[in-house]
Amino acid sequence: MRPAVLVLPLAAFILVTFVAPLLVMLGRSVHDPMVADALPETLGLLRSWDGKRVPPEAVFETMARELLKARREKSLGRIATRVNRVQAGLRSVLMKSVRRLRGAQPPDSWREAMIALDPKWGQTRTWHAIRRAGERFTLRHYLHALDMDQAPGGGIIRQPPDLRIYLPLLRRTLAVSLGITLLCLLLGYPIAYLIANAPPHRANLLLLLVLVPFWTSLLVRTTSWIVLLQTQGVINDLLAAVGLIADDQRISMIYNMTGTVVAMTHVLLPFMVLPLFSVMRTIPPLYMSAAASLGASFLQAFRRVYWPQTLPGVAAGSLLVFILAIGYYITPALVGGQSGQLISNMVAYHMQQSLNWGLAAALGGILLGGVFLLYLVFNRLVGVDRMRLG
Amino acid sequence: MLLQSQLHGWSPLVRFPGPGGQCSRTVPAGMSGRTGPAALLLLLALLTGGRPLALAESLTMVSWGGSYARACEKAFYEPFASESGIEVRVEDYNGGLAQIRAQVETGNVHWDVVDMEMADAVRGCDEGLLEPVDLGALAPGADGKPAEEDFYPGSLTECGVGTLFYSTIYAYNLERFPGNRPSTIADFFDLEKFPGRRGMRRTPQVNMEFALMADGVPLDQVYAALRTQEGLNRAFRKLDSIKDHIVWWEAGAQPPQMLADGEVTMSTAYNGRIFNAQVLENQPFVIVWDGQLLDTGQLVIVAGSPNLEAARKFFSFATTVRSMVAVGRYISYSPTRQSGTALISTHLETGVDMKPHMPTTPENAARGLQYDWEWWSDHIDEMNLRFIAWLLR
Repeated sequence: MRPAVLVLPLAAFILVTFVAPLLVMLGRSVHDPMVADALPETLGLLRSWDGKRVPPEAVFETMARELLKARREKSLGRIATRVNRVQAGLRSVLMKSVRRLRGAQPPDSWREAMIALDPKWGQTRTWHAIRRAGERFTLRHYLHALDMDQAPGGGIIRQPPDLRIYLPLLRRTLAVSLGITLLCLLLGYPIAYLIANAPPHRANLLLLLVLVPFWTSLLVRTTSWIVLLQTQGVINDLLAAVGLIADDQRISMIYNMTGTVVAMTHVLLPFMVLPLFSVMRTIPPLYMSAAASLGASFLQAFRRVYWPQTLPGVAAGSLLVFILAIGYYITPALVGGQSGQLISNMVAYHMQQSLNWGLAAALGGILLGGVFLLYLVFNRLVGVDRMRLG
Repeated sequence: MLLQSQLHGWSPLVRFPGPGGQCSRTVPAGMSGRTGPAALLLLLALLTGGRPLALAESLTMVSWGGSYARACEKAFYEPFASESGIEVRVEDYNGGLAQIRAQVETGNVHWDVVDMEMADAVRGCDEGLLEPVDLGALAPGADGKPAEEDFYPGSLTECGVGTLFYSTIYAYNLERFPGNRPSTIADFFDLEKFPGRRGMRRTPQVNMEFALMADGVPLDQVYAALRTQEGLNRAFRKLDSIKDHIVWWEAGAQPPQMLADGEVTMSTAYNGRIFNAQVLENQPFVIVWDGQLLDTGQLVIVAGSPNLEAARKFFSFATTVRSMVAVGRYISYSPTRQSGTALISTHLETGVDMKPHMPTTPENAARGLQYDWEWWSDHIDEMNLRFIAWLLR
């Protein structure tokens, strides 16, 4: 009973600030009642529409009435934006039609009047799009996030090649994260070994060297890399000064994938070193000596005695770095240029620029699912209980 | 230097504050210079015995920064502040509706008046993000004609009033091309004849039009071509041909800087920024008017503006012929009122005749294109995705 009371504040905090927003966002990825609430009658009529011919007069009349009402309630723009996301170009059809219909005498035939205003009203595609935008629950955002779309007649099709963004980016994100994880392991393992086996005062100093950057602001570390790597930066200046490169052939090391990988590896390195160190610290140096005394070469001893014992640390560090890398945002945004962008930058784009939160949520949901999957696989292969984080 | 290069590499996917960060300045009421408003407040605080005092009326004006914002500041923010006693706080942004949408939807509006592109003004109005314009509050023209007749057709929208014509052109650094000089929009895409890196704004707008015009599409068929898949492919193919040589910019102040630094040999830019670099900094830049894209800059009031009264007063002031003509004495953007066109005179600081530098001057507009804001307001989301996909390829 007491432990439960003790964690209660934390549990409540996490529930309010983390779990609830997460669920709300995930909800947004499949649920958008905006259009459904604004055009209930039209959508009701469209439900019984055969989808092959232009809908009857009643549909046009109801649509016009509900659009005019939406206009009065100032929600028309948001409805038009949502319909436009299903089929680009419909935004202005809706807005223009309402502008013209407002104030005008009710025509004899809404159908003819609206088709005369814009021929798109006479196309079944338009009505399919309206019907789809009116779905309260939809998997559309997930389809879009996987570079797919619903075909107007039902069924799922791939987006045309020039609109495929997310899958290539997702692949790139996975590859980059994997690469960064390997780099961190390669760089971090020897450091962790050194710290774990150094005399205490030196170990403390070395550990401090790992921790100080770890405590330094992410932005500071990332912008320092800009200072170092840019074309007029420290490294290029040095190389040019000693004559290794010509002054007009400075190397571009930033605002591309190189910049992203270098800066992210640096930022994430402590997450590899610390778990490795905490595991290595517990491995008595005597084991290696024992292996050597039994005739094993250093490499043999390392491979058969030391390495297996560090595996929990390797696994913990790699998992940590990989998961952090997959969702990384600030560093690629600052130093990635156009070729160093990752999927998270697309999430940010839809959150901040296009304001298509449903799609942003779907992209986030896919990432979350991926991380869960990874965790399950990891649990199967290594066992989470063997993992040591420090 | 750090900031400059950071901006050049700014990602296409996120928009950060313009040069100088979320720069904000203040044009204090009743003071023409930029003497510290803090000092003034301190003085007032002392005079009132340190009691909290109701601050003078104020409003936040959001504009495009750099030499353009400075021109507006001198032309009408400062005169307005000293005449009305209302303080004008100035913030910079790089266009787009995202920030306004966020403010309106969260109910936390802190911008009052914004200077924006036509397509955004129309979209923002449709989405209820902007206050409708009260045409009756607009001052008559210099010849006494009512405002509605004085404005050039198409420059008034439901929520916005066009205050100036500006155009996106490309300019080159004369030092880089002493012999054969670029003269057509096609030359911008011709790396063989005119080698060197190109600066372009990191948006699909304008670039698509330039690409098609350079590829030989007649002016009057550019937007028709953009409506077709072949036209889009054609535009992207043309952009592909120089893709590796493009340096992207986001803030209007960057292209003159990039041209001056030698980072690019030519760059698309807003014509006024290049003009100011020419006359104020004696930069050897040349504007190529062929294929220029003409648009009107719109002034709008954000829906739910916390200082609506002040914003309305400012809005009326800013849309007078007097203000428009005044802007044209600091930067080469021309009035959207017919009675203002005749009043175009000289550049105040240097005495340069402004007429040959205005985007609407017939010689300059001869091979120009009017920006189709309606098409763009419909297709901007889709085009952004195509553009990002193309950037990533």
